[in-house]
Amino acid sequence: HQQYIGKVKQAVFHTHKTGRKRVVASTEQNIIATLDLRSGEIFWRHVLGPNDVVDGIDIALGKYVITLSSGGSILRAWNLPDGQMVWESSLHGPKHSKSLLLTTNLIIEKDNALIVFSNGRLNAVSCIDGEVLWKKDFEEESLEVQQVIQPPGSDFIYVVGFAASSQFQMYKINAKNGELLKHESTAFSGRSQQTPVSNLLEDSPGLAVIIHSSVTGIFAIKTDAATIFIRVIGEGKLEVVEKTNHETVVSDALSISEGQQAFALVQHAGSNIHLTVKPAHDWDSNLLKESIKMDQQRGFVHKVFINNYIRTDRSHGFRALIVMEDHSLLLLQQGAIVWSREDGLASIIDVTTSELPVEKAGVSVAKVELNLFEWLKGHVLKLKGTLMLATPEDIAAIQYMRLKSSEKSKMTRDHNGFRKLLIALTRAGKLFALHTGDGRIVWSHLLQSLHKSESCRQPIGLNLHQWQVPHHHALDENPSVLVVGRCGPSSDALGVLSLVDSYTGKEFSSLRLVHSVAQVIPLPYTDSTEQRLHLLIDADKHAHLYPKTHEAIDIFQSEFSNVYWYSVDDDNGIIKGYALKTKCSGNVADEFCFDSRELWSIVLPSESEKIITTATRKLNEAVHTQAKLIADQDVMYKYISSNLLFVATVAPKASGEIGSVTPEESWLVVYLIDTVTGRVLHRMTHHGSQGPVQAVLSENWVVYHYFNLRAHRYEMSVIEIYDQSRADNKDVWKLVVGNHNLTSPVSSYSRAEVITKSQSYFFTHSLKAIAVTLTVKGITSKQLLIGTIGDQVLALDKRFLDPRRSVNPTQAEREEGIIPLTDSLPIIPQV
Amino acid sequence: MAGLGTKGFVLPGKTSNVKVILNGGQIVTYLRPDGYFSFQNIPAGTHLIEVAAIGYFFSPVRVDVSARNPGKVQAALTENRRGLSELVLEPLRDEQYYEIREPFSIMSVVKSPMGLMVGFMLVVVFLMPKLVENMDPEEMRRAQEEMRNQGVPSLASLLPGGGRN
Repeated sequence: HQQYIGKVKQAVFHTHKTGRKRVVASTEQNIIATLDLRSGEIFWRHVLGPNDVVDGIDIALGKYVITLSSGGSILRAWNLPDGQMVWESSLHGPKHSKSLLLTTNLIIEKDNALIVFSNGRLNAVSCIDGEVLWKKDFEEESLEVQQVIQPPGSDFIYVVGFAASSQFQMYKINAKNGELLKHESTAFSGRSQQTPVSNLLEDSPGLAVIIHSSVTGIFAIKTDAATIFIRVIGEGKLEVVEKTNHETVVSDALSISEGQQAFALVQHAGSNIHLTVKPAHDWDSNLLKESIKMDQQRGFVHKVFINNYIRTDRSHGFRALIVMEDHSLLLLQQGAIVWSREDGLASIIDVTTSELPVEKAGVSVAKVELNLFEWLKGHVLKLKGTLMLATPEDIAAIQYMRLKSSEKSKMTRDHNGFRKLLIALTRAGKLFALHTGDGRIVWSHLLQSLHKSESCRQPIGLNLHQWQVPHHHALDENPSVLVVGRCGPSSDALGVLSLVDSYTGKEFSSLRLVHSVAQVIPLPYTDSTEQRLHLLIDADKHAHLYPKTHEAIDIFQSEFSNVYWYSVDDDNGIIKGYALKTKCSGNVADEFCFDSRELWSIVLPSESEKIITTATRKLNEAVHTQAKLIADQDVMYKYISSNLLFVATVAPKASGEIGSVTPEESWLVVYLIDTVTGRVLHRMTHHGSQGPVQAVLSENWVVYHYFNLRAHRYEMSVIEIYDQSRADNKDVWKLVVGNHNLTSPVSSYSRAEVITKSQSYFFTHSLKAIAVTLTVKGITSKQLLIGTIGDQVLALDKRFLDPRRSVNPTQAEREEGIIPLTDSLPIIPQV
Repeated sequence: MAGLGTKGFVLPGKTSNVKVILNGGQIVTYLRPDGYFSFQNIPAGTHLIEVAAIGYFFSPVRVDVSARNPGKVQAALTENRRGLSELVLEPLRDEQYYEIREPFSIMSVVKSPMGLMVGFMLVVVFLMPKLVENMDPEEMRRAQEEMRNQGVPSLASLLPGGGRN
């Protein structure tokens, strides 16, 4: 079980007292967490809601963590040691604005207070119980408060900020009751000597961006080529202090002693990073300069936070917490990396599995005999352990050895196929391979193709597909995965492809495509090296075949007329089916590009229906029994077609949050559509129901979960679809002597008569995800894996969702194992 | 729509990891140390509150916020449609994540294969001599002679009155 926090936005250190040293961090995933500075382990973390973005975080009174979230509306205080929320108060303001959280040592009537500027209003909030002590609105429109300064030992505070008309405003406010004492404003008429910044930039083209930093007197401008540090001297005169050619990141200012401030710079140079800490007033001296070797797979440094400590010889030592491009978090101290956390795994986009290598016989025996000494030492340790003579380090060593050699964590396949490699693509563009035995990271690779560069400004990873799964012919080759991404946020952006070897993690091929990627369709054909053919559909509905080899073209041409795909347009409510036509028309003679023609389209009435969910079968699922034996020695044949599409639509008004409409105004309509012919096989309406809908389609059934507004409860429904055209074959004589169509393959070309059965049940939990288990030999009954909103996983037997359940089952039905019908699905842990 | 707050109270053991979720994830809030929670600015209508606490099962609660009287809230459990006069949420039951180990019982020992074998042996040890007791001393001597001659006692010779050669 592993917990991650995500890309850190802000971090505050807590290292004053003796005892555990902690750092409190808030991340882009709306998580607040406390980490142990010694080991990087999480003490506690809280996942705030999806709309609760954390704006500011700070530590007050040495024991409360204060967070400001949701655009400055919610202020919470958490107990530092255990994460218990102490108080919560909501701040309202007249208008929307940037929020600022400041903890000063303000004491108002013996109560420590925080100053919060949110939504255009300045609030003073008590630290103990969250009560708002006073509020102050400013008459100035769109005031952006930059700083609140309290001169030590005085009763008032200065609030400085900018107003819309680029006027500099300064307010002096009585700290005890929020009364305005003085108000000054100066307009920016221009500085006396304007040194144009462009003079300083000289020959560095590109966009110049000012790096935000709280260091007084120095600011930095970043261009594509270099980073320039500029100091303000005197009356608006600027002076270039240093120009660095590498990627540089600057931290905020840290006050190390009375009046002195320091800040940190991190620069990349090859495979090292240089950490420099300088005092704020003196650029040329260095308080600390270290160079640390850094793994190239982490990318560039994105953020750095520093903290100081007093060494035994009374000098200042510094430690730095850095956030890298792959969202990982590292702590640097005394020239070495103390710990690192792979928090890129907090934002996984897509996962696929890959088989481990086949176990080669004879390896394990040889390995043991080679290290005779190790083996002897291991046995001595285990002996000591049983005799209770082992020290704690020995016990740790024994545990480590046991874990390493246990069956679960071996790097080869096991008999039942449970040990696999999980390959995960994260939002940071990094690919991780996790071992299913113990969850350790086997390899990780920062994809070059998804790296930010001039040609690809905003790379976004899309999905992962299995590219090469060697079975019979090519057992020596390693399986590989295909990573599909695009270079920009819109769906017209050009795509990028990467092929990564699943055993070693090396990216052996990467392509920048000349077309966009709207859909990726893996075809059921593989070439002689077991590479699966894929069709990439672009925004103009042209299909491109990959891999671009002649062999692939030959295989594809023979199956040309059997390729169909569909597209779902959520906004307009149109589902279309396509087939391939001829080679692409156009200037470029590209034999791997094909035009498509539209075969069918289903237009859903947009006044009454809006598509919210679709689901299809997983491609590698195998159906074990075609026929389903029911009571009375009767047989029903399942309609198994891999071209089924399940679509759920709701009334347009009801597509918001649950409870936002009345039951009369909302309905849920579900369709089962055959994607080759566009035939609607089944349509059902649930009145008074609403989304969000989670659905899973497998074999011949579909299970979906939605919200019933009338009863105000969640519901799960199942639809099973059976093939009537084969139902005449129940007579044994006909099977033996006559002609029957049981062995004819299921084809979408033939119009089969289908009947469906469906049923609905109440269900307690709200869901985040739903999936179905796979079985290799068809012996184990299928279970539905349900991920609830409380982050728990429930395995529900499919037999509970059998549409043939009835209240009083007959004797024959009871023999078959049909569970009597109840109105809600029970959650029995033992079953 | 006028916004109003909703305050409530939850009673599990450890309160620091309990989340209260409104409307299937729209808003998530946490509990204070005394068990109180609150949602601010909820528009009028019907809403669903769920509590996520590891180890306990809470029934989702249907909350009707009235538009006319701000601050008036009605709540009902969805599982058993019981109305709540004040918004106090208690767990309906504890969640069982593990299979309960069956408590020790003598019957399970007897019914197990080891117990059956031991039971059968005991029966044989006590009942078999009873069968042999009814034989005359003569027959016993004859049986013993036979055994010495043949080495394997046949069932026929053991039966009283049978197996004379």
